[in-house]
Amino acid sequence: MSKGSVLILGARSDIGLAVAHEFARKGHALQLALRDPAAFETARADLALRHNVPVSLHAFDALAVETHAEFLDALPELPEIAICAVGLMGDQIESERDMSAAIRVIRSNFEGPASILGHLANRFDQRGSGQIVGISSVAGLRGRATNYVYGSAKAGFTAFLSGLRNRLAGRGIDILTVLPGFVATRMTEGMDLPARLTCQPEDVAQAISRGLERKRSVIYVRPVWRLIMAVITSIPEPIFKKMRI
Amino acid sequence: MTLSGWGRFPVFPGQAQAPRTEAALLAAAAGQGVIARGNGRAYGDSAVGAGRTVSMRHFNRMLSFDPATGVLVAEAGVLLADVIAAFLPRGWFPAVTPGTKFVSLGGMVAADVHGKNHHKDGSFGAFVDWLDVIGPDGGVTRCSRQENPELFRWTVGGMGLTGIVLRAAIRLRPVESAWIRQDLVPLPDLDAALAAFEAAEDASYSVAWIDCLARGKALGRSLLMLGEHATRAELTGDRARYPFETPAKRRRNLRFDLPRGVLNSHTVRAFNALYYWNGARRRGTSLLDWDSYFYPLDAILGWNRIYGRKGFVQFQCALPLERSREGLTALLEAVSDAGTGSFLAVLKRLGLQESAFSFPMLGYTLALDFPVNDRTLALLDRLDRITLYHGGRFYLAKDSRMRPETLRASDARAAEFAAWREATGMRQRFASAQSERLSL
Repeated sequence: MSKGSVLILGARSDIGLAVAHEFARKGHALQLALRDPAAFETARADLALRHNVPVSLHAFDALAVETHAEFLDALPELPEIAICAVGLMGDQIESERDMSAAIRVIRSNFEGPASILGHLANRFDQRGSGQIVGISSVAGLRGRATNYVYGSAKAGFTAFLSGLRNRLAGRGIDILTVLPGFVATRMTEGMDLPARLTCQPEDVAQAISRGLERKRSVIYVRPVWRLIMAVITSIPEPIFKKMRI
Repeated sequence: MTLSGWGRFPVFPGQAQAPRTEAALLAAAAGQGVIARGNGRAYGDSAVGAGRTVSMRHFNRMLSFDPATGVLVAEAGVLLADVIAAFLPRGWFPAVTPGTKFVSLGGMVAADVHGKNHHKDGSFGAFVDWLDVIGPDGGVTRCSRQENPELFRWTVGGMGLTGIVLRAAIRLRPVESAWIRQDLVPLPDLDAALAAFEAAEDASYSVAWIDCLARGKALGRSLLMLGEHATRAELTGDRARYPFETPAKRRRNLRFDLPRGVLNSHTVRAFNALYYWNGARRRGTSLLDWDSYFYPLDAILGWNRIYGRKGFVQFQCALPLERSREGLTALLEAVSDAGTGSFLAVLKRLGLQESAFSFPMLGYTLALDFPVNDRTLALLDRLDRITLYHGGRFYLAKDSRMRPETLRASDARAAEFAAWREATGMRQRFASAQSERLSL
């Protein structure tokens, strides 16, 4: 008998996959939502075989917001837990020159995730239960020259989650915001990340699992990031605008 | 960035590529001097490419399992630890396992690893049904004992020099519990140890820790550990109710290199003597969980740092049965004389083995490790000569410093393997730092 099902949006990402393993290991059935299910069949078979739980694949396009309600209606059941690992780092320089690239980053990190989680929140509210996890970013805590397009979209997403939490408090629905800091994934492959500040996708997955158990609101995967961001957000703007970090 | 094996010696500049898709893997395999790397548990330079090192860590998915036959099909980067985690709760255990569970299936095939049951069941290769191998033509070839048998024969034990193993079908064995009934037998000298091994030919598992610094009459004193998978009927209480659940183990992690000099002949001699006498007190039968019996060292992550920053070397040879007593005596005397012994000396009886290039042979195997320094490197040369003299051979998964002429003299199959590699176009395409060093 498997535990309540977990919907993972953006399951192809390294964090999405690590989260899938974490929850399957604990005995949850999985619904994996991603753009190209056919290319994920090997990973699906692996998850089902290793953890002996049902795993289903569902085509999902985070940017096609008009399809989101339909997507949820087509799921075999409304999940107990929904985890959104959808995101797109993009390239800051390209986003500065080409507004269509910037819009894609903004829609992938804010509009798409907000749309699907908005639909889910309403359905969870109707049922009176459910847990929602949004993987946002410390980049959303202050806009910096080096990645403000991505950061601003994540800021929007973080605020959306915060509002959702506020709205649904006391209605049996938990909203968890995750701010991972640097994670060693396909998105950051080839970047020179400081080892002490960088965690693995598995660390993010475990932090999410713990965060849900303890009904936390906002978690940093590595506590040091709370401190770093406290410093960065407290620098006065006249000074900050001249800094390059 | 640097690459090395588990012994952290020798060290090479460079970095492994880690393709994520089959197309990217095929592209990465299409180079000169390519070698696949699993979890980096070969001790020396086996998994460092002569030209390019291709990490298989993203090919770590299990594909299918047939509970009627126990056949698991999985990608080569799957770790044995993951196989155990997935299938022991369902009553299946690897048919052959080496002394660590942190090896990849591809690595197990390449080294044709053996376990504590070699005397009865043979090496890992005996439980491989088929392999998918990326060859010099850039395509994937399925091979087995029936299909492309020559490729199969050389790939099992071929140290990755026949192409990149992508997928494998391996057979697991059914077990009734996660517990091992261990019989611990202290043996005062080498003759007693060998006699005990010969008397224990029916035991499923047998291995001995040997005090390689004991001298004179105590030369070769050992603790023999015999093991059987415990049946349901042997368990009581909670263990009988939940036969596949074992207490969670505390993992320790050695996060720093032990300073040089902490391990010297006095401390290691004292440690070994204590270990022996402590074992002698605990003689007899006990129930051990699978992890403690098969993988005691895995409980200390990063134990390879115990020998310090410069790394360590392992020596493992096999001696033919009729020369074992004589050969082991000579090897142990040489080690004891040099006084630079190791904690982790292991003696094991091997069974019959007929394969193209695999390490085991009917007889005994002795494994020792040493910190890297000029003295031990000289000692290892001496151990090589003793092994050669007694008709023995060497385990390439442990080797990091052997000379090519030593390999050729020890094993007539090496020249045959090199010739086959040349004839099939493997030699240019697939090569490791080790195969270059050994002219394979």
